[in-house]
Amino acid sequence: MKRNVYINGIGAVTAQGVWHEQLLAQAEALNQPISVAQQPSYKELIAPAMIRRMSTGIKMGIYAAQQALDEADIALPDAIITGTGLGCLEDSEKFLKNILDNDEQFLTPTSFIQSTHNTVAAQIALRLRCKSYNFTYVHQSVSFESALLDGLLQLQHNEAQTVLVGACDEISDHTYLLLQTIGYIKANGIRETVKESLSPGVNYAEGTTFFGLSTLHTPQSYAMITDVTIQNDLDKDSIAPFVERFLQENGVERNTIDAVVVGINGDTVFDSYYQQFTDLFPQAPAIYYKHIVGQYDTSSAFGLAVAAQILKDQKTPANLLWNTKQTSAYRHVLLYNQFKGRDHSLILMKSC
Amino acid sequence: MASGVAITGIGMISSIGKNVEENLQSLLAERHGISRVENFHTRQKETIMVGEIKLSNAALIRQLSLPEDNNFTRTALLGACAAKEALASANIQDMQAYRTGLISSTSVGGMDFTERHFYAYLEDSTLHKYITSHDAGDSSHKIAAYLGLQGLVTTISTACSSAANAIMLGARMIRSGKLDRAIVGGTDALSKFTINGFNTLMILSDTYCQPFDQNRKGLNLGEAAAYLVLESDELVKKDNKKVLAYLSGYGNANDAFHQTASSEDGEGAFLAMQKAFRMAGLAPQDIDYINVHGTATPNNDLSEGRAMMRLFGNQVPEFSSTKAFTGHTLAAAAAIEAVYSILALQYQTVFANLHFATPMEEFQLQPQTKTKRQAIQHVLSNSFGFGGNCSTLIFSKA
Repeated sequence: MKRNVYINGIGAVTAQGVWHEQLLAQAEALNQPISVAQQPSYKELIAPAMIRRMSTGIKMGIYAAQQALDEADIALPDAIITGTGLGCLEDSEKFLKNILDNDEQFLTPTSFIQSTHNTVAAQIALRLRCKSYNFTYVHQSVSFESALLDGLLQLQHNEAQTVLVGACDEISDHTYLLLQTIGYIKANGIRETVKESLSPGVNYAEGTTFFGLSTLHTPQSYAMITDVTIQNDLDKDSIAPFVERFLQENGVERNTIDAVVVGINGDTVFDSYYQQFTDLFPQAPAIYYKHIVGQYDTSSAFGLAVAAQILKDQKTPANLLWNTKQTSAYRHVLLYNQFKGRDHSLILMKSC
Repeated sequence: MASGVAITGIGMISSIGKNVEENLQSLLAERHGISRVENFHTRQKETIMVGEIKLSNAALIRQLSLPEDNNFTRTALLGACAAKEALASANIQDMQAYRTGLISSTSVGGMDFTERHFYAYLEDSTLHKYITSHDAGDSSHKIAAYLGLQGLVTTISTACSSAANAIMLGARMIRSGKLDRAIVGGTDALSKFTINGFNTLMILSDTYCQPFDQNRKGLNLGEAAAYLVLESDELVKKDNKKVLAYLSGYGNANDAFHQTASSEDGEGAFLAMQKAFRMAGLAPQDIDYINVHGTATPNNDLSEGRAMMRLFGNQVPEFSSTKAFTGHTLAAAAAIEAVYSILALQYQTVFANLHFATPMEEFQLQPQTKTKRQAIQHVLSNSFGFGGNCSTLIFSKA
C-alpha cells in the first residue's frame, strides 16, 4: 500500500522575492530577457565569511531549504534531494576563466570546490549535520522532477518519513550570454512578457524552490503529490497518449482534472506543446507561472509551489490565469512541463 | 530485498580496455593504463599521470558510426560506446518492447568542449552546436537517442560517487515497478578543468598512484564510461534471461563533515555500508571481496580504512582498489568498479591492488596485491565523493 505524500512546507527565492503568502498575488510579469533573483538577507543563516565565499545559488538554496523545513516543521529530513540544470555556474565559470586567462597557473581551489553540481545539497547537509541520503539530479528541464520522483518513491514505499526536495539554478554572465547568442534567451533591448512574446527566445531568470515533504497530514499541509513521470522525447501527437497513460495508472479520469499548471514560457515555437496539452482539458483553467519567475532549467519547481498554493487556497490569483476558464473547486491538478520539445514531465496533485 | 535486482548486461570503456573483455584481460594480467596526457594540451602534462583512453574523438565517432555534423562531447562518445556494449551484452534489440529507462551520471559533462571554445563561441558560429552540449544532461540525451530509447532519462551528479547513485536509482525504479529495464551507469572524460581542480587541491600524484600505501602521494585522474542493464524478475523469467549477478544491497549516506574532505572516522562511509548490509540482509562476514574506493589520497584511504575497521573489525575480507589500473574516473568510477565487481563474481577472482608496498601506520590493513582466485559469493563496492557523498553497492553471485 502506497502512503500519501504531503507538501508541508515551501521555500523559494525568485525574481519576485522570497516565498510568502502574498507572493503570487503580488507578482508582476517579467519583461526583460534576463532577471536576477531578489536576494534576501542571509545574515541569520550563514556566517559572514561564508556569505562572501558562497555563490548566489548556494545561498539561495540554503535559504529556501530552511524556509521549507521550518514551515514543514522538519529538523532533520530522511533525505535531501536536489535538482539543477546548469549547476554551480558562477564558480564553474570563475574557475574556468582562471584556467584559460592564466594558462593553468595561479589557481586557488575555492571555486573548484564549490563548482560541483551537488554543492547546494552538500552545503544544506553540512549546515544541518544531516547524514541521511543525499542526491543531486542534473538533467536539464527534468532535474527537479527527477528529484521529486526519487523523494516521492521513498516516501510512498516507506523508505523515508520526511524528505527535503528542491532545485536551484543561478545566472552567470558568460553562459547566459552564450544562451542569448544561440537565441535561447531573448535579445537585449526586447521588452516582452510571456503573453506578449513575439520575438525568438524567452525571458530567463534564476531561482530556487524547496519543499518539505512528509507522509503526515498536518495543519500546514498544502496538498498531496500523487505521482510524477518524465520522458526524454515526445512528438506533439504523442502528448495525448502520454497523459492518458499517466492518468490511467493513477486511476484518474481526464474530466476530473480541475486545473492544469503549465510551463508556458513565451517560446513562439515550442509553446504549441502546451496548446496541445491544454486542449485535452477543455473545461479546466490553465495556470502559468514562468511569466513571473522566468525560464531556467528548474523553474518548473516553482510551478509545483504555485499548484500547492492554489490547492490550499482553493483559488487562483487572476494574474496567473492563462485562459478565462473557471472552476468551482480544485481537487485534482495536473502539471505539465517541457523545454524545446524535450524533457516532458507530468505531476499529479490532489487537495488534502 | 530477496535476491536483489538482476543484472543482465555490462559494457565499459576505460584506459585498460575498449570493452569488458579487454578490461578483464588487463585486470587478470595486472596491466595498468596509466600514462601521460596525450589527447589534449595541458600545462600539467609533465607533472601528472592519468588513465587516458588512447582513442581520439574522431576514432570514437567512427566506431559509433555517427554522422559528420554530430555534436557529441567526449563524455557522450565514451558513454555511447559503453552503453551500446551493455545492451548487446543483455541481448536487447527492441528498445520499445518494455518500459526502459536510462539513468546516467557525469561530473564533467561537456566541459571538454566548453574549455576549448569558451571564448571562441562568441566569434565563431560554426562552434555553436556545442554550446548546448555543456550541461550534464546532454550526454544522457545523446546516449538515449543513440540507443533509440524513449522513456525515462535522467542524470545524477554527486561528484565521484555519481554512478553508484545512478545504479541505486535504477534498482529502486525497477523494484517500485516504474521501469521494467534500466540502463544505469556513468561517463566522464578527462578535462583541463578537473585536472587543474584536483591539482589546486594538491591531491594528484606525480607518479603511479598507490592505494592504501603508507607513502601514497595522491590520485591519478582517469576517464571512462560503464553501464549495467538491470531487469525486473518478471522479465528475467519471461524472457529466460541470463543473469550475470544480482545487486543485492545499496546504501547512501552523507558524511556531513566537509565539502571535500572525508571525516577521520569515516562516518559517512560507515553509514553507507551499514545501510547496504541491512538492505541485502547480509552481515559483514558474508562479504568475500571489497572493491574499495581507494583513491590513494592520504585522506580517503585513511578515512575509508577506518570505516572498514569499524564495520569489519579485525576480519576485513580481501580488498583492493582498482584505481591503480584505471585512475580515478570520477562520476564513472562506481560504474566501472561495479563491472569489475561483477567480473570478480563471474570469474571468482580478486583483482590486484597495484603499486602497494608499505602498510599504513594507522592500521594493519593490507590490500590484495596479486590477482587471486578464490570463492566469492558477495562483493562490496564503495564510492565516495565531494559534498560528503558516500555510496555502497553489494553485488551477489547469480
